[in-house]
Amino acid sequence: MAAEFVWIFVGAMLVNNFVLSYFLGLCPFFGVSTKIDTAVRLGLATTFVMFVTSACASLLNTFVLPHAPYLKLISFILVIASTVQFVEMVIKKLSPVLFRALGIFLPLITTNCAILGLALFQTNKSYTFLQGLVYSLGAGAGFTLAIVLMAGLREESELSDIPSAMKGTAMSLIIAGLLSLAFMGFAGLFSEA
Amino acid sequence: MSRTSDPDRLYEEFAKGLWRDNPVFVQVLGMCPMLAVTNTAINALAMGAATIFVLVGSSTLVSLLRNVIPKQVRISTFIVVIATFVTVADYTLLALLPAVHKELGAFIALIVVNCLILGRQEAFASKNKTRTAIADAVGMGVGFTFALLCLGGVREILGNGSLFGLSLFGPNFEPWVVMILPPGGFLMLGLILLGFNAARERKERIQAEQAAAAGGARGR
Repeated sequence: MAAEFVWIFVGAMLVNNFVLSYFLGLCPFFGVSTKIDTAVRLGLATTFVMFVTSACASLLNTFVLPHAPYLKLISFILVIASTVQFVEMVIKKLSPVLFRALGIFLPLITTNCAILGLALFQTNKSYTFLQGLVYSLGAGAGFTLAIVLMAGLREESELSDIPSAMKGTAMSLIIAGLLSLAFMGFAGLFSEA
Repeated sequence: MSRTSDPDRLYEEFAKGLWRDNPVFVQVLGMCPMLAVTNTAINALAMGAATIFVLVGSSTLVSLLRNVIPKQVRISTFIVVIATFVTVADYTLLALLPAVHKELGAFIALIVVNCLILGRQEAFASKNKTRTAIADAVGMGVGFTFALLCLGGVREILGNGSLFGLSLFGPNFEPWVVMILPPGGFLMLGLILLGFNAARERKERIQAEQAAAAGGARGR
């Protein structure tokens, strides 16, 4: 039982990393990965939203959606939007500094496809409530890991001398490609059924 | 804006999405579906068609309702409108092309959070007349599909040696497998953007040189 949870966690974090092998959550991945600090905080906020969304999605899947499957997308996105609004209010109250540092990217967590993706994948894999929670934590840890690594690499690349046409998104994409190549190595850890 | 210039304006709103403001190559929006489903040209085309449908549908509706939607809840309203059209697209594709639907998996549903679509609602459809909004949506959608096809075509040719499932090079071709895997998507889009930037810089430099030459001539 415990081993199963470990595999779900590691699988979501490393083997099927949401950013680098599913291409989810690329907007914040490229948008907020300029400083390690901000990247860590955004990663944590995203992880929290994922956790709450996963719990709500499990409940919706059990109680509501069997009666109205066509409401799946709409109900998920409403849950996510409300959670983000809630997180925004909490952060604003508890830590105004962090609130200002995250700026526009806090409300934009709503349109982070990693979160909606998480809710949908969890439904497709028909995880139980607890499995879903572990899955969401793994996915959040994976997202945080990827965005922090990316921020570190970009801080370095700011200082290096690269052709001007390559600066900005083109360079970030190539760095992301190399990171993704490295993460493919984790696929050897275990094969997901 | 005078009435007579309407067709010109519509055409301009349509054409800007194709190249000058291309959503992917210039604005770098909608990256997630862009990279995830472009391992073959067929998938890219299906994704593009679904996106055009959702974009045009929600732009039309949002533009019709633009005077009714309260400002405070506009984002939530847009998202619900978009989610509705995506649900329609999802079920339609499931009924018509089950194989493609299976291949694209959750990514059809994820059109909901394509920032390109929400971006167009916020920046354009909610502020413009319905006809202009539709022209803009079609242009952006076609531009997006064009970008998807470029990337999907190149990745399929290099990674599979085929295009639209037809083998191009015969059995002796050694496929460059990494191109259809995730890293290939990042690398290829990076290289395409690099090409775009280089071309634009070159053009700007030539223009600057010409301007400087003209200015210098006037100075003398």
